[in-house]
Amino acid sequence: MTEIFWLIPFIPAISSFILVIFGSKLPRKYISFQACFAVFISFAITIISFVGLMQMPQGSSPLVKNLFSWIQSGSFKADLSFQFDPLTAVMCFVVTGVGLLIHIYSIGYMAEDKSYARFFTLMNLFTFSMLILVMASNLVLMFVGWEGVGFCSYILIGFWYEKHSAANAGKKAFIVNRIGDAGFLLGIFFIFIHVGSGEFSAINEAIAGGSITQGIATLIALLLFAGATGKSAQIPLYVWLPDAMEGPTPVSALIHAATMVTAGVYMVARMNALYTLSGTGANVVAIIGAVTAIYAATMALVQNDIKRVLAYSTISQIGYMFIGCGVGAYAAGIFHLYTHAFFKSLLFLAAGSVIHALSGELDMRKMGGLRKYLPITYPVFLIGAIAIAGVPFLSGFFSKDAILTSAYARGQYGIWLLGILGAILTAFYMFRLIFLTFYGKERLEPETKAHLHESPKSMTIPLVILAFFSVVAGYIGMPVVLGKNINWFNSFLAPIIHGGPGHEAHLSIGTEWLLILVSVLVALTGIYLAYVFYLKKPEIPKKLVSRFPFLYKLLYNKYYVDEIYNATFVNPTIKGSKFVYKNFDLKIIDGAVNGSASATGFFGLILSRLHTGLIKDYALVFLLGAIILIGYLIF
Amino acid sequence: MNIPILSILIFLPLTGAILFIFIPREKINLLKYLAVTVTVLTFLVALPLYFNFDGSTADPQFVETAEWIGYGINYHVGIDGISLLLVILTVFLFPIAIISSWTSIQDKIKEYLIFMLILETGIIGVFLSLNLFLFYVFWEAMLIPMYFLIGIWGGKRKIYATVKFVLFTMFGSLLMLVAIFFLYSTYYKASGVYSLNIFDFQKLILDPGVQIWLFLAFALAFAIKVPLFPFHTWLPDAHVQAPTAGSVILAAVLLKMGAYGFLRFALPLFPDAAQKFLPLLAVLCLIGIIYGALMALVQKDIKSLVAYSSVSHMGLIMLAVFSLNFEAMEGAIYQMLNHGLSTGALFLCVGILYERSHTRLIKDYGGVSKQMPVFSAFFLVCMLSSVGLPGLNGFVGEVLCLFGIFKSSHTLAALGVLTIILGAAYLLWMYQRVMQGPITNDKIKSFPDLNKRELGFLIPIIIMMFWMGIFPRPFLRKMDASVTHLLHQIKSRTSVSASVQKEEKELIIKIKKDKTEESKEETNILLK
Repeated sequence: MTEIFWLIPFIPAISSFILVIFGSKLPRKYISFQACFAVFISFAITIISFVGLMQMPQGSSPLVKNLFSWIQSGSFKADLSFQFDPLTAVMCFVVTGVGLLIHIYSIGYMAEDKSYARFFTLMNLFTFSMLILVMASNLVLMFVGWEGVGFCSYILIGFWYEKHSAANAGKKAFIVNRIGDAGFLLGIFFIFIHVGSGEFSAINEAIAGGSITQGIATLIALLLFAGATGKSAQIPLYVWLPDAMEGPTPVSALIHAATMVTAGVYMVARMNALYTLSGTGANVVAIIGAVTAIYAATMALVQNDIKRVLAYSTISQIGYMFIGCGVGAYAAGIFHLYTHAFFKSLLFLAAGSVIHALSGELDMRKMGGLRKYLPITYPVFLIGAIAIAGVPFLSGFFSKDAILTSAYARGQYGIWLLGILGAILTAFYMFRLIFLTFYGKERLEPETKAHLHESPKSMTIPLVILAFFSVVAGYIGMPVVLGKNINWFNSFLAPIIHGGPGHEAHLSIGTEWLLILVSVLVALTGIYLAYVFYLKKPEIPKKLVSRFPFLYKLLYNKYYVDEIYNATFVNPTIKGSKFVYKNFDLKIIDGAVNGSASATGFFGLILSRLHTGLIKDYALVFLLGAIILIGYLIF
Repeated sequence: MNIPILSILIFLPLTGAILFIFIPREKINLLKYLAVTVTVLTFLVALPLYFNFDGSTADPQFVETAEWIGYGINYHVGIDGISLLLVILTVFLFPIAIISSWTSIQDKIKEYLIFMLILETGIIGVFLSLNLFLFYVFWEAMLIPMYFLIGIWGGKRKIYATVKFVLFTMFGSLLMLVAIFFLYSTYYKASGVYSLNIFDFQKLILDPGVQIWLFLAFALAFAIKVPLFPFHTWLPDAHVQAPTAGSVILAAVLLKMGAYGFLRFALPLFPDAAQKFLPLLAVLCLIGIIYGALMALVQKDIKSLVAYSSVSHMGLIMLAVFSLNFEAMEGAIYQMLNHGLSTGALFLCVGILYERSHTRLIKDYGGVSKQMPVFSAFFLVCMLSSVGLPGLNGFVGEVLCLFGIFKSSHTLAALGVLTIILGAAYLLWMYQRVMQGPITNDKIKSFPDLNKRELGFLIPIIIMMFWMGIFPRPFLRKMDASVTHLLHQIKSRTSVSASVQKEEKELIIKIKKDKTEESKEETNILLK
């Protein structure tokens, strides 16, 4: 049964294709049923393949299915070829499992939208592209998925394209991503030159065989990581993700929280042999990750838009995943990716439920006291917040702790410290959100209050399921010190981690307990501070703002990075091009052409003749003239 | 095979055009349907070519020769892996171009169709000619219908655009004619035989000093046609003024003739000079890639935007050609087809908009998607094909071009890769301003979505875009042998002439007679 694993991506593709052609004629109920069912089938095949994978004897070769040779020219060769190994299995579970829940949620969330068919077509198309990305057995096919999800993201962010801001955000996302992709493509070219193949197995063999020098490995690692900073919204290319919140909320949950934005982490984990060999490359990943984690968290502190808080939170959390990969704890990075998929999509979907209840209100200043109106949304939101804050025994606690412990164990104390600081901020901004939304005074507009309602079942059931997994998903990766004698998740992923230092941290039990204690304290401190700031003494934030107006403005305006990019890259390009077009292209190049033409008088001659004569005659004259000229020259 | 399939291919459209003379101009529908029939027939004639073409050899196939004027001026046609796909592209697009002008051309429809058919004959002739004189005749003859297509059915500044187009291209091709004549006389002096056969000329080993002048004459003609920076300014004017079908053919096929000229003549005939000018040409291409994209970014007219995007894309194609390696060359040829499809399709899309609103200015649009959802999807796919999204045709060509360029020069590739960023920028921005946002212009509210005819000519293109993006292998395999042969010719002959020079240090023209032509053996003839 396992050999059907390659069908996983194609089921949503077929569904999407059917919806493209017949979508406008099918009834809405059928459309959503088909879209969800397709993802369900993929999920089912993922389970079957996973079971097959578990039954395979240790050390057997990975499952690979080569469908056909796609591009082949000289030394450039790319097959349409898929693989299914532990890492792919984790990703497939996330994409199809969480994806299925988000599809189901969308039935209710998008119920009143005119473009129902278009929405589900694109969601299925996205699922297809994302599955291509994680199942590809070579870099070129991975790039296909990579660009494919970028396209789906573009078109889904701009789903409500009549809004200028939505269309703009979509375009921005695509172009910023392409900057990274240009680097990614160059990285692929280097690999082809030095390995002669884009297949992951060949790349790993070449690295193991020592045919890639450390310098080249660093170069390739950094170029590929450039792509990852775009897709996974890290410094310096993170600027598109906050704007991407213009898209429908299920899109934010699926694409901009659970799956696509973590593609960069997947890529680094997939190429772990390369990053380990490079050393420098891995360090860059860890540093960018750590700086992004804390930098994005600071911006989340002051945002008033509920989705934007979550967007900055996502950027920050992906930073943590990169810390994991960068310090060599690839399994921990992927583990956080996996738990994050649950609690972050839960948070987004719950936020969507709030927005839905408030008829589209996003501003937390106009919320407050909602917990009694939203009896299901509130508790699940709270569970998500506790999970991400790193409170013990929920999933986020285990995965974040795994990353920070690994960083510490590998002597990266600076990065560990940044991570800890980020953790305080995380707990703080998350509970700021909870308190502003669900507690305190009701600040609702009278109109929205009149329509206030809990969401339909198709939305709340996925929320409850996600909340359940946000609680329990971490137990498959419990650290050894907490009693289990083996970390199941680490040993499951062990076959795909190549030649690096052992990924079990070498710390004394006492130190491990100490680190756990620190991160628990940190989480609780963050939550307590948020409680003091936003419930107990709500005048504190205002005082702080008036005391540090500059700092507040800086954070509120996102460090003015958008403005800086516009002033240094975007505007000069457009203004400069306009200037060159007017003054160089039209005046100098074209001016020279026109000048020389009129100087000969030929121009005027032809002009006057054309105005008076019969065109057919001139055709004849022209042809004869040409022939005579040729004849004259030859004989 | 005894059927003169290539001659049928070349002259079928011309025959149609002649037939048209006898049809009264009032019978508009008959004329239109007949034109479609003729072009579709031409396409069908070309299909067996594709299937029977043997991709394992670089020799020209389906060769036909006939005595014509004498003195080496013969009718000599054949097809190889490079011209095959360009011919298929041409015959594929002509019926589409004609159907696209079904309602937009109202005036003098008979003449319009006649010129379109003559144009098709001219273009196919250019790609198939193996005799330089015949090539030149087609090359020039093709200008005439194009000249009238823009000059009569064009926009407001059509006369200016036409004259500019003709002057530019005539200027280039006259120099080429002189060079052809020089080659002709050199060959005669060297061998005592009149010939204008390309393969004879390819055996000439010319002094590098002479080569420079000949190369420049040929290269200028082709560089204008491509067009390479800074010879590009005729293109936006011609495109903006041309009717939709004219733009489609101009962008999709005519520009490829410049690139084809480099591949077929300028590079293999004058390898030494070519090597000398490669750095300069590569820089011009690179400037073209970036410059064209930046200019496209700030255009106010959609057509002129697409025209500048062509400058950028053709720059990439030519940069790949000048990289002189296998992947780049195949990528370049494949990208020529892709550019033909995607840019042709973009012009068709602009044409569809223009027919509804009679404006091409970006600012007059906005929110069209809402009114024309089906069209918006088609336009999106065409745009993504041009942007090089994987899964569509553009990616395969672009990635091979860039990889080939990368193999020759990491620096050029690192700069050339900017095309994937800028290409997305100008097209997405245009799409946003035209198709997205709120409807600002009340006129747009009355736009009908695509009709059956428009669907009819867009669907085949969309299918081809996916096909060529997912199954590029059959196309690539057709050109393998020809590309290998071409590269061998350029590279090996450079070293031969260099070594000959070293040994003898004299001006030498070395001529190898064709094995089939009598049984003369190698002869060395000293000039001076």
